Amino acid sequence: MGTKVLLKGNEAIAEAAMRCGCRYFFGYPITPQSEIASYMAKHLPARGGVFLQAESEISAINMVYGAAGSGARTMTGSSSPGISLKMEGISYIAAADIPCVIANIQRGGPGLGGIQPSQQDYYQAVKGGGHGDYHTLVYAPWSVQEMMDLTVLSFDKSDEYRVPAMLMADGTLGQMMEPAEPPPFQDPPNPADKAYATVGTEGGRGKNIINSLYLDPHKLEEVIRERYARYDIIKEKEQLCETMYTDDAEVVVAAYGSAARIVATAISSLREKGVKVGLIRPITLWPFPQKAFDTLTAKVILTVELNMGQMLDDVRLAVGGRIPVEFYGRPGGVVPGAAEIADQIMKLV
Amino acid sequence: MTHSIIIAGFGGQGILFTGELIAYAAMNEGKNVTWFPSYGPEMRGGTCNCHVTVSDTPIGTPKVEQADTAIIFNLQALDKFESKVKPGGTIILDSSNVKRKVERTDINVIYMNAADEAEKIGERLLAGMVMLGRFQQHTKIVELDSLIGGMNERVSANRAHLKAINEKMIRRGTMIN
Repeated sequence: MGTKVLLKGNEAIAEAAMRCGCRYFFGYPITPQSEIASYMAKHLPARGGVFLQAESEISAINMVYGAAGSGARTMTGSSSPGISLKMEGISYIAAADIPCVIANIQRGGPGLGGIQPSQQDYYQAVKGGGHGDYHTLVYAPWSVQEMMDLTVLSFDKSDEYRVPAMLMADGTLGQMMEPAEPPPFQDPPNPADKAYATVGTEGGRGKNIINSLYLDPHKLEEVIRERYARYDIIKEKEQLCETMYTDDAEVVVAAYGSAARIVATAISSLREKGVKVGLIRPITLWPFPQKAFDTLTAKVILTVELNMGQMLDDVRLAVGGRIPVEFYGRPGGVVPGAAEIADQIMKLV
Repeated sequence: MTHSIIIAGFGGQGILFTGELIAYAAMNEGKNVTWFPSYGPEMRGGTCNCHVTVSDTPIGTPKVEQADTAIIFNLQALDKFESKVKPGGTIILDSSNVKRKVERTDINVIYMNAADEAEKIGERLLAGMVMLGRFQQHTKIVELDSLIGGMNERVSANRAHLKAINEKMIRRGTMIN
């Protein structure tokens, strides 16, 4: 066993981000996300970085926009209402084709909603959120270990494809502690190696301009089509999904993040009683792991979410009517117990 | 083997830290563990609780619905969590702060005057450490050395002066019947 640490999920994101070279964090406090910012405030300056508490979420995301434009590894974090405020900036960043990471530690909504765990922001994360034809990479950890691992992957893939990446967690994952092995320390990629980065021309090349404004519609169409060509590669290469007990399962439950953990507990108890039930857990929400759904042979799929049914649409699209898809969810920050989920599964057996 | 624990009382009684020390000791013994706190406005002067699960198999949801052991610090916590203990499970209750008895008859109850004991040793607010010692002695889920070693690592630098008294409290807890 390596050297594990005991950290909150929020702290794990911050620690992993610093270890993979994030040196610029801009944020604004909000429950249940605030430990990302407080951990960054405590540790990032000592590790040679900049922590800045902005005057609002809107300022924070635009500071990220600036830092990302200069080629730095940079991130922000917030929770649902704060993420809504950042959406204009995320659209601009996506339109400027520059990388960054945004963590959404979801809480109940809509509006100010509540502060308990929720998965209400699925549509917002995977269907755009801000205006325009764009996507963000969306990673959905289900453990403190994955809070670390997927943070590193978010930075790497965001750099690789010049697409902003979002970490989709919730109050449960942000607040819980669990042993996890931190990723190795690495230096950030050199901004000078990023062709788009505004690091100064030193007289050697033309100016780099970070921009999302194209008044010529044909030019705008061209950049959008180039972006979508990258999205096609992402959809082909970057789908991540985990399955458990799906080979012989008559009922497969589709769930991600903390909801999938509740489902896993329910499945463990039902398997002991001989119930043939399995789990399919999308780890990338965009790109949606279509390929994993193609191989399912279950009689019925039950989608379980902490909302009124959002990923449900993508599950239905993924199976294309081949398998009936049912739904069970609790919105508003209510977290169901495993027994409640087990009861729902048993209705379909 | 899976052991689930609910720890509950007022904010400021060391509820979260008590749970953290169990989690940290379990991790250092190579076990799986989750720790999940109540969070938000209820931490300010109101009730505070955390859920800890220790297991040698992977742990799903960190939320404890039915606990093997509940460590209860005040009356509100007893009212709220008495029904959340498995039949045959245990409530460890600080009788210095909770005057009523446990009503259920299908669980074990350990009544102890933890806060009074803690006050005798030097700080009433450290009753959690006494309860922790009693918990260790009763469940043996983690070793006493892991708890004390972990406590010495997890107490923050600005509270380093509390390490010795914490250890005394934990050890005192293991000796109370």
